[in-house]
Amino acid sequence: MERYYQEDIECAPRERIKAIQDEKLLKQVRHVWENVPYYRRKMEEKGVTPDDIHSSDDLYKLPFLSKTDLREAYPYGLLGVPLKDCVRIQSTSGTTGKRVVAFYTQEDIDLWEECCARAIMAAGGTNEDVCQVSYGYGLFTGGPGLNGGSHKVGCLTIPTSSGNTDRQIMFIMDLKTTILCCTPSYAAYLGERMRELGYGPDDIPLKAGIFGAEAWSEEMRRDIEKTLGIKAYDIYGLTELSGPGVSFECSAQGGMHINEDHFIAEIIDPDTGEVLPEGSQGELVFTAIDKKAFPMIRYRTRDICMLTREKCSCGRTHVRMMKPKGRSDDMLIIRGVNVFPSQIETVLLNQGYAANYQIIVDRMNNTDTLDVQVEMTPEMFTDNLGEVEARKKALVEGLKSMLGLKANVTLVAPKSIQRSEGKAVRVIDKRKI
Amino acid sequence: MSIKQISVFLENKPGTLNKMTKVLAEHDIDMRALSLAETKDFGIVRIIVDDVFQATNVLKEADFVASLTPVLAFAIPDEPGGLNKLLDAFTEEKVNLEYMYAFLGGKDTNHAYMIFRVSDAKSAENALAARGFKALTQEEISQI
Repeated sequence: MERYYQEDIECAPRERIKAIQDEKLLKQVRHVWENVPYYRRKMEEKGVTPDDIHSSDDLYKLPFLSKTDLREAYPYGLLGVPLKDCVRIQSTSGTTGKRVVAFYTQEDIDLWEECCARAIMAAGGTNEDVCQVSYGYGLFTGGPGLNGGSHKVGCLTIPTSSGNTDRQIMFIMDLKTTILCCTPSYAAYLGERMRELGYGPDDIPLKAGIFGAEAWSEEMRRDIEKTLGIKAYDIYGLTELSGPGVSFECSAQGGMHINEDHFIAEIIDPDTGEVLPEGSQGELVFTAIDKKAFPMIRYRTRDICMLTREKCSCGRTHVRMMKPKGRSDDMLIIRGVNVFPSQIETVLLNQGYAANYQIIVDRMNNTDTLDVQVEMTPEMFTDNLGEVEARKKALVEGLKSMLGLKANVTLVAPKSIQRSEGKAVRVIDKRKI
Repeated sequence: MSIKQISVFLENKPGTLNKMTKVLAEHDIDMRALSLAETKDFGIVRIIVDDVFQATNVLKEADFVASLTPVLAFAIPDEPGGLNKLLDAFTEEKVNLEYMYAFLGGKDTNHAYMIFRVSDAKSAENALAARGFKALTQEEISQI
């Protein structure tokens, strides 16, 4: 049976969702015009005023915000309310070198936590569940977001934060955790460690996992589901827009429902900025229509994906976004070819390797080199040298047909690639351009 | 009877073999024989040890990937033509070798020991036994 946190809005007819969006957008544009001089200037440059916006159909008239704007406006330039009305900041990990500081009013936090509560209930959570939040707490939004959502659902919340894997496992086993929230790479690592300790999927009390904050493949999902004996749900979000819970997966596991009563999603051509029709692949752009402290209008996520309004079997009517192929920040351009780490992961898992890998990009004699280091596993090892070599060759060929370019594959010793407790470091780009 | 060889995956870089021998040394495991096969970036080290069970466990605990492979071990007289006679029997029985390695020593200095990896250990063993070449048992190897 499908569970909803706010069935009335999550399953509302499309016309009602559109009406909510129209009304909120008008208010939000006026709010920003009056309170965020930085964005007002951008609107003026484009010759748009709030009077030009009559409904969400006029969204395309508004200027975009990008990571560059966040950097230029840092720290207070995009603030929409006086600081005395803000109760919290959260910040990104700054893995791409650009730290984002986002502000929240109490109401912003309540809405964010409600989004997370929707995600937890969509994963089958109720007040009878024990929900272990193994995302990092602190500046990172993962821990605080899911923690708040778990409280709203009424789960017994275990705020382990990330790290200390054996203690995580102790809590899972002793307190019979049923829902685990963390990054997919950490879930995979927990599974690996639990298997080493002799726990099989039937011994593990977990039933669901809510995994996000990094790109992961379908193959990795199946792997984690098998090892931990759970159903694994994807969750998506950005600090700029609140944090996890901007969209989340339901029992259908066929894309993530965007909380459209708070966010309007568009897909644009990343080169021209033109809005693309439903079903096209392009860059995901969000407008936060409720957030007051940090009101992002047409924020370019750099995530490449596709939207669908096709009816979902779970009963929710909110638009679904397909799993992003990767953030365009994660995208590597190697010898002119676009490469997403998730593509490499798909090939590895399909061929029987584990998701323990590292991608090293370098430049030798003006040519890009792509090295993929993969850990050897007991399943892939045999005493027959020829066989191991043949499997390695199959991997090189598999990568070549997926990526369209040749990668050097190195088989490395188990556990030699560092495990992450938060976001996995998959790519090392040594090129100095 | 075939004996168990432990095959271990090693990265081809300084110190990896040493890391393995250290694990064995710390657990007082005695190696009878060792052979190394390598490619450009990885190698497989094959060892015959006194305590297969313990060795496999401690290697696994130390995060090595290892597998067990059945191999045939023979003691041959350490004299000219010793190996030749044994291989004559292999040829006549049409037993194909995948790889082999030798070791000397132990208390018995009159013999050399040969380890053979063949595709079908069981039938090769029976055919060679019929020609008077009896493969060593795990116990016999442990006692060398």
